[in-house]
Amino acid sequence: MQNERKPPNSFRKAPDERGHFGPYGGRFVAETLMPLILEVEKAYLEARDDISFWVEFDKYAKHYIGRPSPLYHAEKASKHFGGAQIYFKRDELNHTGAHKINHCIGQILLATRMGKTRIIAETGAGQHGVATATVCALFDIPCTIFMGETDVKRQAPNVFRMKLLGAEVRSVSSGTGTLKDAMNEALRDWVTHVEDTYYLIGTVAGPHPFPMMVRDFQSIIGKELREQFQDRYGGLPDTLVACIGGGSNAMGLFYPFLDEREVKLIGVEAGGHGVESGEHAASLTGGLPGILHGMSSYFLQDENGQIKDAHSISAGLDYPGIGPEHAWLFDHKRVEYVSVPDQEALEAFQLCAKLEGIIPALEPAHAFAHVAKIAPSLPEDHHLVMNLCGRGDKDIFTVADMLGVKL
Amino acid sequence: MKRLGKVFESLRTENRKGLIAFIMGGDPDVETSTALLKALPSRGVDVIEIGMPFSDPMADGPVIQMAGQRALEAGCTLRNVLDMVVSFRKDNQDTPLVLMGYANPVYRYGVDKFALDCAEAGVDGVIIVDLPPEEDQAVREALGNQFVDMIRLITPTSDAGRLETILDGATGFLYYVSITGITGAAKAKHDKVAAHIEKIRAKTDLPIAVGFGIKTPNDAQEMSALGDAVVVGSSIVEKIAHLSGKSGKVDQGAPEMTAVLDHIGALSGALKPAA
Ligand SMILES: Cc1ncc(COP(=O)(O)O)c(C=O)c1O
Repeated sequence: MQNERKPPNSFRKAPDERGHFGPYGGRFVAETLMPLILEVEKAYLEARDDISFWVEFDKYAKHYIGRPSPLYHAEKASKHFGGAQIYFKRDELNHTGAHKINHCIGQILLATRMGKTRIIAETGAGQHGVATATVCALFDIPCTIFMGETDVKRQAPNVFRMKLLGAEVRSVSSGTGTLKDAMNEALRDWVTHVEDTYYLIGTVAGPHPFPMMVRDFQSIIGKELREQFQDRYGGLPDTLVACIGGGSNAMGLFYPFLDEREVKLIGVEAGGHGVESGEHAASLTGGLPGILHGMSSYFLQDENGQIKDAHSISAGLDYPGIGPEHAWLFDHKRVEYVSVPDQEALEAFQLCAKLEGIIPALEPAHAFAHVAKIAPSLPEDHHLVMNLCGRGDKDIFTVADMLGVKL
Repeated sequence: MKRLGKVFESLRTENRKGLIAFIMGGDPDVETSTALLKALPSRGVDVIEIGMPFSDPMADGPVIQMAGQRALEAGCTLRNVLDMVVSFRKDNQDTPLVLMGYANPVYRYGVDKFALDCAEAGVDGVIIVDLPPEEDQAVREALGNQFVDMIRLITPTSDAGRLETILDGATGFLYYVSITGITGAAKAKHDKVAAHIEKIRAKTDLPIAVGFGIKTPNDAQEMSALGDAVVVGSSIVEKIAHLSGKSGKVDQGAPEMTAVLDHIGALSGALKPAA
């Protein structure tokens, strides 16, 4: 994996036809899956050029998800930090409470178009699992959600939600029983059921075309923001901040702005107990290039190439890898990647609730913690938009536990 | 002539089907695994596949997943697996050895260094499950420069278009994965495999090994009719699991070791042509 240092003319033209973002991305899957993955790619490329596909997508986006999500000027937070003007792109108001539903609607439309009759998905926090179970209920397709046994325990409310929505939740005990193992198990299931099954991947990861496709569906966030910002304030925002697990909400926010170099883009990884401690989920700032889950990207791993476990207070960021497009943007320094430890995210979670009356998910609480760090030193005419990509209802048990409160 | 070529040629002239046995390198520990490796040819194994343990083996069922975990817990590295090959080659120059694993440990080790060290140790072929033809160029070329074969996989989902892609650049032999599934799953339907293999034969002279789902001497005998060799993995590894916890002290005569080797003897026995 040679790093290509020369910056491309446009950051919006990747991936190439083989799914490569520079040295990252690609299709690193068992041969059994190759024909199917090529079929998904072909179907998606056709759908992408088909206006009727997007008419359907927009219909569900508007009337089912509740888009466009508001762009909200967080005046109290702005005053509190005494620097930049802070805005929230409020994807936590989406149906099911996070941005995950955006790519679920896109992918379920594709899966039905392909004639698939069974859906599988992996989930960590359970947000993607809930969103998948939701669209499967809506489209009347049976689904099986793979979830690490550790996560099944710490995200019990979401497990119950998925079951209410009619999904089968399969607890994965292999490996270390977390998100990466859920993804391994979903891939094993897919190899076994290639004929009828569509794997509805939950982030901008996996083999091509998933990173590109999920980005395209999530780009609705950034596109809306561009219009909303232009209409209300004119011009472009100065800085965009998003948290990163696999990187879908961040890619969705960033993508429409990649070629406007004056817009500063910041991705916030989960620092866990601190990157120095070795217990974190910061694949870019604390990992190395490698190959897993069908893609070449950055992964937490030891010197022998064995994948290490991620650690984060937020189950949705607890993944030892990151989407390949981020790896490429990292190498080219188009996006700045930072990490925020558990403790700071926990404080930001509470601060956001008290300041703005919005309980954020622990994932965007990481982004808010970074906003808290940089906002004070920015000028008052600096417009900083943070993706508030999920609401915190799912996290109140974890947070109460961390704060020593018994519910 | 290369070892793999020789073996498949003599299988053809002897009108016999080969047995390819899979063990996980370093399972349950490097010492025991090396002893086992050395004993395999005497039990009628024609080609040996050695697994390179990986933390996230997405194409393997529970049996081989656990074998990899045992090896990793015992500290086995890719270098250790290569050293097993070095040790084996001290007294065996004939039995081909094929390493099988996943891309990440190989990339971390360094693709060129891996190819060089494979050649130096005496590895004959390499299978990397998550490197389909579209992504295997770097490893294939590095190995090719060292005269080590990159073995490609064909599966029931490989249609005519795929076959063309797979056969273009394939060397050594073809590994026919007879089921759509992971290792350790149920056996394939004989007729379906037969029809597909016939199509493959029409396009290539490369030997074909049939694997996945073959567990018993009966399975081996039945599936051997389809290709030039059969691959048996999970049912061997399942027996090796019983060696676990006896680290370093398992000698050739231990009952658990005998059970592994007897199983392998029975598999190769089932492939002997009826006199
Ligand atoms: C609210 C929320 N934000 C972020 C993430 C992380 O995913 P990604 O980086 O793909 O946006 C999750 C994952 O579950 C989530 O639930």
